[in-house]
Amino acid sequence: MDEVLSFLKSSLRDGLLPWSAQDSAARQFTLRYAEVEKIALENGLFPARYQRNRNMISTEEQLRLFNSRIAVIGCGGLGGYVIEELARLGVGQIVAIDPDIFEEHNLNRQILSYPAILGMPKVYAALERASQINPAVTVTAVQDSFCVMNGFELLAGCQVAVDALDSISYRLELAEVCNIAGIPMVHGAIGGWYGHVATQFPGETTVQQIYRHWVAGKGIEQQLGNPAFTPAVVASLEVAEVCKILLGKGELLRNRKLSIDLLAMEIHEISYAPAPAASVELVVHAA
Amino acid sequence: MQITLKLFATFRNGRFKIAEQELPEGTDVRAVVLSLGLTEEEIGIVMINGRHGGLDQALKQNDTLSLFPLVGGG
Repeated sequence: MDEVLSFLKSSLRDGLLPWSAQDSAARQFTLRYAEVEKIALENGLFPARYQRNRNMISTEEQLRLFNSRIAVIGCGGLGGYVIEELARLGVGQIVAIDPDIFEEHNLNRQILSYPAILGMPKVYAALERASQINPAVTVTAVQDSFCVMNGFELLAGCQVAVDALDSISYRLELAEVCNIAGIPMVHGAIGGWYGHVATQFPGETTVQQIYRHWVAGKGIEQQLGNPAFTPAVVASLEVAEVCKILLGKGELLRNRKLSIDLLAMEIHEISYAPAPAASVELVVHAA
Repeated sequence: MQITLKLFATFRNGRFKIAEQELPEGTDVRAVVLSLGLTEEEIGIVMINGRHGGLDQALKQNDTLSLFPLVGGG
């Protein structure tokens, strides 16, 4: 290990570790890219590929991102962009979950799709893309539907679950599993020119409140479809929330929802009642 | 009583963004929804005076009611 570290240290250029050195270290010492990056970050060596993260994200914070495991549930419109951004950000482990294969109607917006990949599972495209963008990222591809039955196993070890689902009923199952498993959930949904984002911590019920009038079926996306840009906007807001949860900074969208209208170019904030569990706790403390 | 009704996203199509409405005392949100030609299934968010509200909630003088459609895609 000392040998690897001195190799990496001797490869620094202007205080940064070039990708070529990470690549050489992996080959020379038969290590996985993830192992090389871990050694670098644990010893305060900042990979040059993240240099534009710097001043926003310190070396310690970059290590925290690298040591994080995030579940992305759905690898379509939202999920594709979420995975792309998490991999570029330097989140070390991504669990990509989706039962579907790519179809032609995905091509207008799903960043992981292209004609040659039609018929292939979305999660394999996620794995392929993330390893091309950032070989130090480990993607666990799960070609299955997320539900209450498999949810706890899929979320094991994850710090955050990102909702990139296209079904309200599965979304409510995800909210339930996250609550019981004690994992924060970043919720996003889109339809046409419109979308929304919210963050829910264990014990909170924002997602359940958002869909409290829901009975069955889909929302306006059923009639409107989804264009190229709406998933990119909402997915980016979701990733910003993930980044802040992992680094413990900024103001999260807890007990509030941002509603985005790209046609009128309006953003509205909607407040939700804090979770009942919190008030119960307060009463206990007061007693 | 008079309320301010705000519509969002697709609910604006063929209707309006914002309108003052004169309603009988005690009218609930559901009645307003139906008067717009909307169904309960289409409703995503009901907001009364900036706070999350319900379809059964009765409106009061000078309330601002906002209605958003259901959005669930990914």
